[in-house]
Amino acid sequence: MSSKEQILKAVRNQLVPSVDLPSLQQDWIQYDDAVSHFGDVLAAVGGTAVVVEGVDGLAEALNDLPVYVEAKKTVSCIDGLMGNVDLDRVDDPHTLEDVDFAVLPGEFAVAENGAVWVTDAAIRHRVALFIPQHVGLVLHCPSGQVEDVIVNNLAEAYQKLSWQANQFGCFVSGPSKTADIEQSLVIGAHGARSLHVFFVL
Amino acid sequence: MSSTTSFDHPTNAKKFNQDQARTHWHDSALWFIREKRDRMAKSLPEWETLRECASQIKAHTISKLADYLEEFEKNAKARGATVHWAKDADEHNRIVLEILRKHEAERIVKSKSMLTEECHLNPFLEQNGIEVVDTDLGERIVQLRQEGPSHIVMPAIHLKKEDVSDTFHEHLHTEAGNCNPDYLTESARQHLRNKFMQADVGITGVNFALADTGGIVVCTNEGNADLGVSLPNVHIACMGIEKLIPSVDHLSIFLRLLARSATGQPITTYSSHFHGPREGGELHIILVDNGRSNLMNSDDYRNSLKCIRCGACMNTCPVYRRSGGHSYAATVPGPIGSILNPLRDAKHHKSLPFACTLCGSCSDVCPVQINLHEQLLTLRTEVKNQNQLPISKTMPMRITSWVFQRPKLYAWLGSVGKFFLRNLPRFMIYNALNPWGKNREMPEAPAESFRQQYAKRAKKNKPQ
Repeated sequence: MSSKEQILKAVRNQLVPSVDLPSLQQDWIQYDDAVSHFGDVLAAVGGTAVVVEGVDGLAEALNDLPVYVEAKKTVSCIDGLMGNVDLDRVDDPHTLEDVDFAVLPGEFAVAENGAVWVTDAAIRHRVALFIPQHVGLVLHCPSGQVEDVIVNNLAEAYQKLSWQANQFGCFVSGPSKTADIEQSLVIGAHGARSLHVFFVL
Repeated sequence: MSSTTSFDHPTNAKKFNQDQARTHWHDSALWFIREKRDRMAKSLPEWETLRECASQIKAHTISKLADYLEEFEKNAKARGATVHWAKDADEHNRIVLEILRKHEAERIVKSKSMLTEECHLNPFLEQNGIEVVDTDLGERIVQLRQEGPSHIVMPAIHLKKEDVSDTFHEHLHTEAGNCNPDYLTESARQHLRNKFMQADVGITGVNFALADTGGIVVCTNEGNADLGVSLPNVHIACMGIEKLIPSVDHLSIFLRLLARSATGQPITTYSSHFHGPREGGELHIILVDNGRSNLMNSDDYRNSLKCIRCGACMNTCPVYRRSGGHSYAATVPGPIGSILNPLRDAKHHKSLPFACTLCGSCSDVCPVQINLHEQLLTLRTEVKNQNQLPISKTMPMRITSWVFQRPKLYAWLGSVGKFFLRNLPRFMIYNALNPWGKNREMPEAPAESFRQQYAKRAKKNKPQ
């Protein structure tokens, strides 16, 4: 008998009382001002959020960031914003080791925990979300309202998601961090040393 | 402080307690995290609803685990993942080695996985000539020190920054005596970046596996799991069969509870959802039993399979905080470890259920409502029934039971005890014959016994 059969047999031949699944339709938390709550939570986990007007506003806001201005190697997956490394021309993700700043598309934000949902649909190498020294996530607000790209809580977030094969998706909440040395919070463990969220109207 | 090899909790705890200042520091570091958890729990009015839902979802999954495992395998395969089944630790390790051999892999980066710790994967791979680097900062620190983790979420919580500084100076050639956490973390970042770049295969644990989509979710704050698996072509994900949940939608419940309970964060920095391998790559998922199915049949212990390994029970446990994770001599320490380990190996871990004050704090904070302290009490009976208790515990119990059956003798012994407690010199009360008096004061003998007070009151209230 294979291990699979053995495990399934061991698991199946048991007297376990049946339990129903709970309903996921509950009164989950709502925020009067989801946008400012998102900003507060993101700040508390070490990230920043700004609202900008169009791609020009995005470029302007980026130019206000010293880490962007000083970046030598940049990646952009945002239409209308140029980086100096083209992800589509990179075959080996290892060559992205020295990327200083990556500007990548996010899909929506979650107010309760300051997270942004990012997938690799438009990012050829998913390591581009983790290996750069600094990361900017861009959320396009099609109708000009930041509220349109923010949900209150994770229950609402999962209702928006669908799952394609090979797709990678990640809730990103602030820059990489650790508190493994005497509980001192240090920002910039392995991933991005800073995380900036831009709502583009 | 080296890893403890003895399985006896009181002996190991005594060793940890020799450094009183460190014990107090350890205690307050963990309590700080417990307080952060409380603030986070209070930030959500639906906290108790979330716990209730999480507990029910886990109970439901366990009741239909075989079906969900098959559904998961089917869906994961449909997305291009390879699914392996391992009935025990040896088989798990062999499967990993086989995949590594097939790819001629020599260097592995691993992100924190308590399952691979449980299976002793690192020494096994090292014996087979493969370099394994733990990439979670805390894990890397204890790995360099050749210790095990002392906590499942904060593996190096028992160490001070001076310890880390010494370790890094020795292994990573950092400045001697520089104890700045920023400096030390930066050094580890540079060191581990090299390891990420050189790795042939990335191994991760799994926080949740989703039956309805065949996906897996891995949560980290450092992004180490993601760096580890997005550079090399091969990702091996190792999971216990109890990590399964029915639907991806249920993640909304668990991800809201996990980090809040673990470290008092609203969510981990990265919560990564993998649905199949990336193009041109391979994703291997190993489903491991290793004793888990044995727990299912027992109404007393089945609940322990709900555990999502957040560590909240450890952070709140007054015993864990004052005895250190290594004193449990097990991969999973603290209250949940005191259940899981004796159930797996009663003989070695028989002292763990007794390292509990039955205060119930662990059950109160558990995000999946495991009745930890009740299970620990039940386990004690079991240890006794298996005749595993030392005579120092059974003999006093038998004498006490004999005395309790003789009320007059009990009353008389009580007055004798009070007399001695008041009048004997300290050395006659605090000595080796009285383990209770170690590190703590005996209670003050009251002026009157309860019996005397009761008799007096009864006399006063007697109708005239």
